[in-house]
Formats: sequence, structure tokens, C-alpha cells
Amino acid sequence: MKRALPLIGFLLLVALFGFGIWWNTQHDPREVPSPLIGKPVPAYSLPFLDNPSQHLTRQEMLGQVYLINVFASWCIACGEEHPVLMQDAQQLGVPLVGYNYKDDPADAKAWLARHGNPYSMVVTDRNGVEAINFGVYGAPETFLVDAKGIIRYKRIGPLTPKVIAHVLEPKIRELKREEP
Amino acid sequence: MKTRAVVLLLLGLFLAFSAHAVDPLPFKNRAQELRFQHLTRQLRCLVCQNESLLDSQAELAQQMRHLIFRQMQQGRSDTQIKQFLVARYSDYVLYDPPLKPKTWLLWFGPGVILLAGAGAVVFTVHRRRRAAAGTPAPADMEDW
Repeated sequence: MKRALPLIGFLLLVALFGFGIWWNTQHDPREVPSPLIGKPVPAYSLPFLDNPSQHLTRQEMLGQVYLINVFASWCIACGEEHPVLMQDAQQLGVPLVGYNYKDDPADAKAWLARHGNPYSMVVTDRNGVEAINFGVYGAPETFLVDAKGIIRYKRIGPLTPKVIAHVLEPKIRELKREEP
Repeated sequence: MKTRAVVLLLLGLFLAFSAHAVDPLPFKNRAQELRFQHLTRQLRCLVCQNESLLDSQAELAQQMRHLIFRQMQQGRSDTQIKQFLVARYSDYVLYDPPLKPKTWLLWFGPGVILLAGAGAVVFTVHRRRRAAAGTPAPADMEDW
């Protein structure tokens, strides 16, 4: 028994480190948890991409479940996410607000013209200052907002068909049922 | 001659490393600048997470520095500024995690493990001493 002790200790360490490696393949250690979940969307007033004199505000979106997708033409992961937005996200039946982050409006327009526009509307945050209120630190990021204007879910990184089917779709279905 | 070149080189290296990424901000005085540096050194850059806000060259870090600077000019305290950032980016932005039930393991875990280790050592030493006092130590005591 005593002879086996070091081996047992070694195996325990292997198990511990193996668990650590497995955990890191399942979770992104760089992901910053959002403290905004369960809190109201920060008050925003952002100009539309195609009509900068008009602004979209939080009040206007009250009363409906919607998604805010932070994207930029310079963001490579947004390009990976884009086909998913064009296809899977369209089946969700809620408005998809494009939040153009730290982008030149001309670049954003060209990007949407080239790849297609999955958004119900696109608003711009040219210098990304508003985005700090949302706790945005990169793109893409996606927020799910309920009819009362409360953030219910945040996805950091690209949306995938799996996330849409297993997370967003059930959550949206549930939120729509809550709606009066 | 050679020594001087080496000294100059080292000095150059030292200056390069001690220079901060801080963009020139119009501080009112040296005290405010030091306060700013002290505060931003305790905050994590969200983009390059191993760097403090003070050191980071990331654009977001620069924006956050400007934001912190503006808030300081408005007379907000360090605690208020930290709360502002924590409300948006969670405790992650703080290099020092706050003490709360969720972080008890983090704060006290190492101490508990240390105490457990010390306890184990004391226990083993006691047992061996007792064994040695009674009969001569058995041969298989040192088998590994």
C-alpha cells in the first residue's frame, strides 16, 4: 500500500491537470462574465447606419424581444458568424439589431453590401464609447433583450447554429410566452 | 569605451521598459497623475488580459483611460470609478478580487491547504517519534 502512494498521488495530479485541460476546451478563460444580465439595457441613442440623422433609442425597442449583435467590418470572427446570422438567426422571429462597433460607416455599408444584410436595422457606434456601457470589449457579441428592456443573455464570440438552437431559440420562446 | 556603450545600452533598455503606454493626458498636477497611475495599475485591460489598463496599448484600454481621466476631473473617487467599471465589466476588471462569499475559496484556500499540510507534517512527526521511542524504527519506514 505504502509503495503505491506516490503512484496514487501522481494519478490524482494527472486527473486534476487533465480536468483543467478539459475545462479549458469547454470554456473560454478570456471570457468576461457580464454583470448586466438581469439588468436593464443601458440607455442608448445611436444613429442609424443608413440614416445618421435618426437615432434608435432604448424606449423605441421596449415591448418587444430583440437581439443586439455587435459587429464590425474589420472583425474576422464576425465574418465567420455572418452566414449563421443570414440563416439560423432569421428563424428566431425577433428583430436583429446590428450594432456597428468602431467602424467606418462606409466600410460597414460595403461589408453588408458584399456579404448580405441579416439585420432588421443597423445602428452605429463610431468610436465605441457607448459600447463601454454595454460592457463590450470585442466583437462579435450578442445580447438578448426582453420586452421590458432587460438583458437576459449575452454571448461573447460568434453565434453558432448550436448556440442558436440550444440557447437562443428556447430562451426566446420562453420570453415570448412571458410577453403579455 | 566599451563599458560606456554597454551602460548606455542598458540605460536605453531601462528607459524603454519604464516608459508607460500612457498617452499624454493633461493632468492638473503630479499628484493627480500619480493617483491616475495608481488606479489604472489596479485595473485589467479587457483586451489583453495580462496587462493593466495603465500599460496596455489596446484601443479599448486607451478609451477607458480617457474615461477614467474624465471621471477624475469630475471629482469622482477611485471607488466610484471602480464601481462604474465593475458594473459594466464585472469584477474581472479588478486585479484584486473583492472579498465575498464567492471568492472565499480563492482568498482562504491557500491558507487552508497550508494549514492542512502543516497538520499532516505535525501528525507524521509525532507518530514517527512515538514509534521510534517504543521500538527501533522498522526497516520498511524508508521504503520510498
